[in-house]
Amino acid sequence: MASTQGFSLSARSSNENVAAKIELKAPPYPLDALEPHMSRKTLEFHWGKHHRSYVDNLNKQIVGTELHGKTLEAIIVNTYNKGDLHPSFNNAAQVWNHDFFWESMKPGGGGVPNGELLELIKRDFGSFEEFEKEFKTAAATQFGSGWAWLVYKAQDNKLLVIKTPNAVNPLVLDYYPLLTVDVWEHAYYLDFQNRRPDYLSVFMENLVSWEAVSSRLQLAKAQAAQT
Amino acid sequence: MALRTLITRKSPISTHLGFRGLQTFSLPDLPYDYGALEPAISGEIMQLHHQKHHQAYITNYNKALEQLDSAISKGDASTVVKLQSAIKFNGGGHVNHSIFWKNLAPVLEGGGEPPKASLGSAIDNHFGSLEALIQKMNAEGAALQGSGWVWLAVDKELKHLVVETTANQDPLVTKGPSLVPVIGIDVWEHAYYLQVFLSFSSYLNVSFLAQV
Repeated sequence: MASTQGFSLSARSSNENVAAKIELKAPPYPLDALEPHMSRKTLEFHWGKHHRSYVDNLNKQIVGTELHGKTLEAIIVNTYNKGDLHPSFNNAAQVWNHDFFWESMKPGGGGVPNGELLELIKRDFGSFEEFEKEFKTAAATQFGSGWAWLVYKAQDNKLLVIKTPNAVNPLVLDYYPLLTVDVWEHAYYLDFQNRRPDYLSVFMENLVSWEAVSSRLQLAKAQAAQT
Repeated sequence: MALRTLITRKSPISTHLGFRGLQTFSLPDLPYDYGALEPAISGEIMQLHHQKHHQAYITNYNKALEQLDSAISKGDASTVVKLQSAIKFNGGGHVNHSIFWKNLAPVLEGGGEPPKASLGSAIDNHFGSLEALIQKMNAEGAALQGSGWVWLAVDKELKHLVVETTANQDPLVTKGPSLVPVIGIDVWEHAYYLQVFLSFSSYLNVSFLAQV
């Protein structure tokens, strides 16, 4: 079974001797950098309150337990417990999911990828347009809170679109995550209210960092080749 | 007297008979203006919540029912089964929100008054006090992961009040066939997010009190 443990862009998680506390990482751009597509106010609440709460609450939950001092990814897999979730799973996974989400976007993002990533998308979805449609549909039809993902499935050497509820992420499903969009209502309610499809269109057209997705794909393939 | 009661009793679920007698649903009117619950819940939230979110559940529920009707007529068992989640999501959304609107009231019409009579004493008997019940419902609401509802319910079999939660739009009955909702608090983010300056625990408090 290909292991996705340890797969992350986060520098802190590649070192086994991590600081005992999980830290709140800042997005790789100022909070107003995604305007007008995602407002500063949204980033202030989404990162400054929601993401921060997940970090603070996780640290409170794991202090003095065997999870204290483990990497974030190890905590996630451990507390997922094959679907029988431990109480700290939600916070742990949501910390990771939000790190991954901020890094999936950039100012002046969106559009179409190039190179090997584009070739694989065309190979596995038929065309970029069909991938985009499948990704947006998954994101629009995830009922309640959750996420939509582009992932790499190492066993089949294939790209897939999946959707997950609440805090569940591809790490626990044995896929390599490449791109995500947050469809918890807090992610879009200030800017789009109930109009999730409009949020998804703006995300695809203006926010996706295809550079980040390409790097993740290269890393995933390299890691898959080692296992 | 009984007949007058029957005529004037407002059903929380508005229906009409469509083609081939399939009963479909329409958005029930609120018994108060959108702004009538301010400052507890803003008019902007009430309007979006009612006209966009609740309406969407009804639209999609009706669509799912039509598809179900068609699948049943054709004996298409796998489509019937496949439609169950859409029916639970959207039908549940309609059922739950219909209860929610009916249980809220503006302050001028008694919203926020502590419960009296049998409900008041049942709460005291089972939870110790109204404050204890509020605290318990707040804790359950805050602990709910993702989207869902917090309920005060009567367990008809055990014959006492219970606090329960449901995920997404699952109606209370999915937690137990003998549960009857008394108060439901919508803890989907759409229910309170536009009042971000209002903390979540304040929303739970005001939403509970508006319904008793």
